Amino acid sequence: MRSTLVFTALAAALALGGCASPVPVKQAPVESKTPTPTESGTAGANANGAGQNQVAAVQAPAESNAGPGPNVPKSIYFAFNSYTVESQYTPVLNANATYLTQHPQAHVQLQGNTDARGSREYNLALGQKRADAVMKGLELLGVKPSQMEAISYGKEKPKALGTTEADYAENRRVDIVYQR
Amino acid sequence: MTSMLRRRFVLGSLSIPLVRGAASFVGLAALATSAQAQFKVDVSGIGATQIPVGIGVFRDPNNCPQPIADIVRADLTRSGLFAVSNLGGQMLTEQGPPNYAAWRSQNLEAAAGGSVVQAAGGRWQVQFRLWDAVKQADLGGLALTVTPGDLRLAAHKISDYIYQKLTGQRGVFATRIAYITKAGQHNFSLNIADSDGANPQFALRSREPLLSPVWSPNGQDLAYVSFETGKPVVFMQDVRSGARRAVANFKGSNSAPAFSPDGGTLAVVLTLTGRSQIYLMPSKGGTPRQLMRSYSIDTEPTFSPDGQSLYFVSDRDGGPQVYKVGLNGGSVQRITYSGGYNVSPAISPDGKTLAYISQQGNSYQLWSINLATNATQLLDDGSDCGHPSFAPNGQIVLYSAGGRGGEVLKTVSIDGRVRSTLSQAGVQVREPSWGPWTPDR
Repeated sequence: MRSTLVFTALAAALALGGCASPVPVKQAPVESKTPTPTESGTAGANANGAGQNQVAAVQAPAESNAGPGPNVPKSIYFAFNSYTVESQYTPVLNANATYLTQHPQAHVQLQGNTDARGSREYNLALGQKRADAVMKGLELLGVKPSQMEAISYGKEKPKALGTTEADYAENRRVDIVYQR
Repeated sequence: MTSMLRRRFVLGSLSIPLVRGAASFVGLAALATSAQAQFKVDVSGIGATQIPVGIGVFRDPNNCPQPIADIVRADLTRSGLFAVSNLGGQMLTEQGPPNYAAWRSQNLEAAAGGSVVQAAGGRWQVQFRLWDAVKQADLGGLALTVTPGDLRLAAHKISDYIYQKLTGQRGVFATRIAYITKAGQHNFSLNIADSDGANPQFALRSREPLLSPVWSPNGQDLAYVSFETGKPVVFMQDVRSGARRAVANFKGSNSAPAFSPDGGTLAVVLTLTGRSQIYLMPSKGGTPRQLMRSYSIDTEPTFSPDGQSLYFVSDRDGGPQVYKVGLNGGSVQRITYSGGYNVSPAISPDGKTLAYISQQGNSYQLWSINLATNATQLLDDGSDCGHPSFAPNGQIVLYSAGGRGGEVLKTVSIDGRVRSTLSQAGVQVREPSWGPWTPDR
C-alpha cells in the first residue's frame, strides 16, 4: 500500500493573500575582501603624465596570494579513520613551519576535512582532530599557536564529489590556508 | 474513551485523499515570489490498530483558499492510526445532525463535520464538531477565526483535536519542522515547514554550509551552525523577526548547539583546547563553561527532558558511542554497546527512548533503545540515515535518509509501522528538527 500526496496548496495561499506566520528570510552575509593592486605605480596615473581616463588594472588576490608559493605543498592527507600525520608529510610540515617562523605576522587556518560517511557533527569533530594534529606538528617545529587556528569543515565542503575510495581519500585532508 | 480504544480494528487498505484543487493551484505556485520547492510526500504502512472515523464534507464557499476537510483527512490518514472515510461524500457541518445509526452501520467509531465562512477583515471562520458514534455523544469542537495564511494551521488544529479525543495522545499536526536544504554547491538554506511538509518557508539562505538546526523550547528561536564566516559558528535566529546573532564564535570550531528544557542554557561544542569538547553557556550569550575534560572527542550533546543530564557522543572507548553525564559532574555512563559506531542521539520527550544512528556494515541505520530495558529496535535499515528528531508527542521520529535522488526527510512511528518520505526534486533535504508545541500550535 502506497500513496502519494503532492502539496502545492501553500504557495497558492501565499499568492492569494499572505501568511499570518511569516518567516523572514535572511541572507547570510558574503565575506567581502577589498581587492589590492598587484603592481604599485600603475595607479599613480597623473604623476606619470597619463590622462584622467586612465584606469588602474587591479587583480583581485587569489586564494594562494598569501603564504609561501605554490612550490610548497599545503595539503596533508590521512588514512581512513586516522588522525596521525604520516612521516611522508614531514617535509610539508617543515616547509610551512619554516615560512611561518620566518614570517611571524603570517597566519594560517588549518582546515580539517573528512570523507562523506557518517554523522555531520561527528565528522566535524573528526576533521577538527586532524586539523589539531597538524597544528601540534607545526607547533613542535616552532610555530607560535597565535599564528594558527585549527578549524573543521567536516564533510560539508568536499573537494572530491564522488563516492569512490579515491574520492574519500582526497577528502580526508587538512589544508594549510594562509590568511591575509 | 476506553471503550472506543478497545474496539479499534485493522483495515486491509485505506485511501489517501488528494488535496482538493491541487492541480489548479500549480499555476499559482509558479507565481509565488518565494522559490521554495514543495515537498512530495509518500506514505506507507498503517498502525497496529486503526480507528475508523468519518470526516464529512465541510460546508465551505468555492473561494475558500484551503480544503480544510481534505487536509484533516490527509493528516489523520498519514498518522496511520485512522481509517478515514468522507461519509460517502455527504456534507456534514458542526450543526450536525449526528446520524449515529448510519455511522454505526458503516462501523465508524466517530464522525466530524464543519464549515468555513468568510469573516470580517479578510479572515475566515472555521468551525467543526466531533461525535462519538458508539456512545452517541457530542465530543465537542473548535471555532477558529484565522487569516487566509493560517487556514492550514486551523485544519491541523482540528486534526489535533480529533487525534487527542480518539487516541488519548496529543497530536502534532499543528507543529512545525526546521531543516536544511542544499541545491547546488553554493545554495544552502534553513527552512521551516508545517509538520506535513506543506507551507515551506526560507528562514536563512547562504552560499556556505548550514547544519544542526535546533528549536528553542518555546519555539521562538532556532540555533544552528553556519560556515558563512569561513568556519563553523553557532548562530541564534528569532524565527518571527529574522533577527540573528552569533552566540558561539570562539577560536576554532563552534558547533552542535542544544537547548536545555527551560531554554536558558545552550550546550555547544567548542575546540578551545584543540579537541571537540562540550561547554554550557547562557543561551542569550555569555561565557562558556567546560562541562567535563576528556582526552576524546565529545560532541552531539542533547539534554535529557528533566534537564539534569546530557546525552552525547564520544570516542573515549575507541569508536563513537552514546554516553550520558549528569550536569553537576558525576560519572559518565555508556548507553550504546552494540556496533562500533553509534552517533546522533535524540531523546524522546518522556525520556524513556533514545533514537540514534548506528553503522552496520556500510549502512547508517536508524535505531532506538529503551533506556529502562536496553532493548534496541531497528527503525530504518536504509543505507544513509541521519539526524533523528522526536515529534513533541514522542510518537514519531523525523530523520534524514539518502536516496537514489539524494537526501530526503523521512518519518517513522516509534513502533516502526507507519512511514513517510518528504522529498524535493533536485534538492538535498537534511538535518531536520521537529519543533515544540507552543501556545499557538
